[in-house]
Amino acid sequence: MYWNSELETIDRRGLERLQFDRLKKALAAAASTPFYKKVFSENGVAPSKISTLEHLKDVPFTTKNDLRVSYPDGMVAVPRRSIVRMHASSGTTGKPTVIFYTMKDVDEWAHQVARGMVATGTTSDDVFQNMMGYGLFTGGLGLHYGAEKMGCMVIPMSTGNTLKQIQFIQDFGSTVIHITPSYALHLVDEIRAHGVNPPDLGVRKAYLGAEPYSEGTRDKIEAQFGLDAYNSYGMSEMNGPGVAFECSEKSGMHLWEDYYIAEIIDPETGEALPDGEEGELVLTHINREAMPIFRYRTRDLTRFIPEPCPCGRTHRRIERIKGRTDDMMIVSGVNVFPSQIETVLMNIPEVGNNYQIVLEREDNLDRMHIKVELYSKMFQGDMRELERLKKRMGEALRAIITINPKIELLEPGSLPPSQGKAKRVFDNRSL
Amino acid sequence: MPHQVSVFAENRPGKIERITGVLLKKNIDIRAITISDSGDYGIVKLLVDRPQEAAGLLKEEGIAATLRDIVAIRVKDKPGGLYEAASILTRSGVNVEDAYGFIVERKKDAVFVFQVEDVRKTERVLSDAGFSILTDGELYLI
Repeated sequence: MYWNSELETIDRRGLERLQFDRLKKALAAAASTPFYKKVFSENGVAPSKISTLEHLKDVPFTTKNDLRVSYPDGMVAVPRRSIVRMHASSGTTGKPTVIFYTMKDVDEWAHQVARGMVATGTTSDDVFQNMMGYGLFTGGLGLHYGAEKMGCMVIPMSTGNTLKQIQFIQDFGSTVIHITPSYALHLVDEIRAHGVNPPDLGVRKAYLGAEPYSEGTRDKIEAQFGLDAYNSYGMSEMNGPGVAFECSEKSGMHLWEDYYIAEIIDPETGEALPDGEEGELVLTHINREAMPIFRYRTRDLTRFIPEPCPCGRTHRRIERIKGRTDDMMIVSGVNVFPSQIETVLMNIPEVGNNYQIVLEREDNLDRMHIKVELYSKMFQGDMRELERLKKRMGEALRAIITINPKIELLEPGSLPPSQGKAKRVFDNRSL
Repeated sequence: MPHQVSVFAENRPGKIERITGVLLKKNIDIRAITISDSGDYGIVKLLVDRPQEAAGLLKEEGIAATLRDIVAIRVKDKPGGLYEAASILTRSGVNVEDAYGFIVERKKDAVFVFQVEDVRKTERVLSDAGFSILTDGELYLI
């Protein structure tokens, strides 16, 4: 079953022609943005002279930091009145990375997602309960629009509120859910705690995303919930979810190559790797009006699956993401960099030089513990003051990383000394 | 004005041993000890004969310690002994933040030690009411 059989099964030569046309257009549009205007002139890139797809390699990589430097709109290629939406992810230095969309961009994104959902067998008869966060995060709204596009009845639940999630599955007969793997495991426990056998609820499919997880976790969710779980991939810089999606074969995610030009590179040298080898995924968005981005370093490690897929789609598949080339943590679906936490902590005078970030999974939910040493000179001998300090730290961190860590105050000198490359992040979650 | 030594300590075995071990090395005498606990950590409060020296020693060992101003009064060791003092504090609107007491001589003398926001005002209202306020020297030499 296809959403757009012509585009999904297009032959590779036709696909490359389409990619080339779109790339050329995207480069021309980007030349008007302050960021790429400078990049193109410094690297001798002339959009009008591009004659093959290979010329994309003349454009240097774009990094997350480039997006921050261009904050708020240094990469926008359309007039302000054409923009209808923005999304943002939290930033290391307080500046978020922001992505803009025109009406056409929002619509195209919905088509991408609809493609993925249809590829797994979802139809307009399905009731889709979206348990991914709504708001600046792209996860919730991304699948929301895609599911509406393909005609599902959408229940925009967002994350949490477990009792109501269960009640709505029962009352409205939800058949498809979108959920983080950790929340899926938690939900299944809660359903059982209410004396309900999860498979009896009639949920047939789950789209899992926003966090890394293993094949074993998928098996567990499928077995306990009695459904089929599908892997999806995306990031806000490339629109959000729907960049790549598993089909009913459940064997790698089709990356929609009429929207993106994908490269796999050696993260150390930046050199292209042969098809099938594992490396860092680099993506160029060739079908977005508001914000074209070229050769974006996703920092995600994966490989192309060179063999064609039995489903008939010609868009290449990428494997489940193996890991990251940077120190980004994904906690309850939220991207967090240790440097964000460090910046907040070091601005609090009562905090000593040493801290640790410990990630645990309790009842299938992610928990972040931050252990900080109290700076002895700032100790006033007052218990309430320490409680206020913990609250202040928690609020400052929440404002930047959007999740609520548990703060543990430690005696000075109780953590290992921080010379050199101290290990600060301890991820004790088992995937 | 008397002082107590307040020490930050994680809620784990060996903490009191470590603190008292530091004090033992310099023969510092503990008059009273109390611990307030918040789960993960607590504050150990010590009334000692040489508070400045004790706080300095603990800090040298890398322990988070500080001196806090306290009010110490002599009360009678009999039913109602503390009630009289507490009534004065209530009438003056003084809020006791943290307190402990110990007996000096059974059936005769006890000491009530507490933290308040305004130490000078508290000392004044109590001494006006006839309570004997213990000074640094008096308290440590009990």
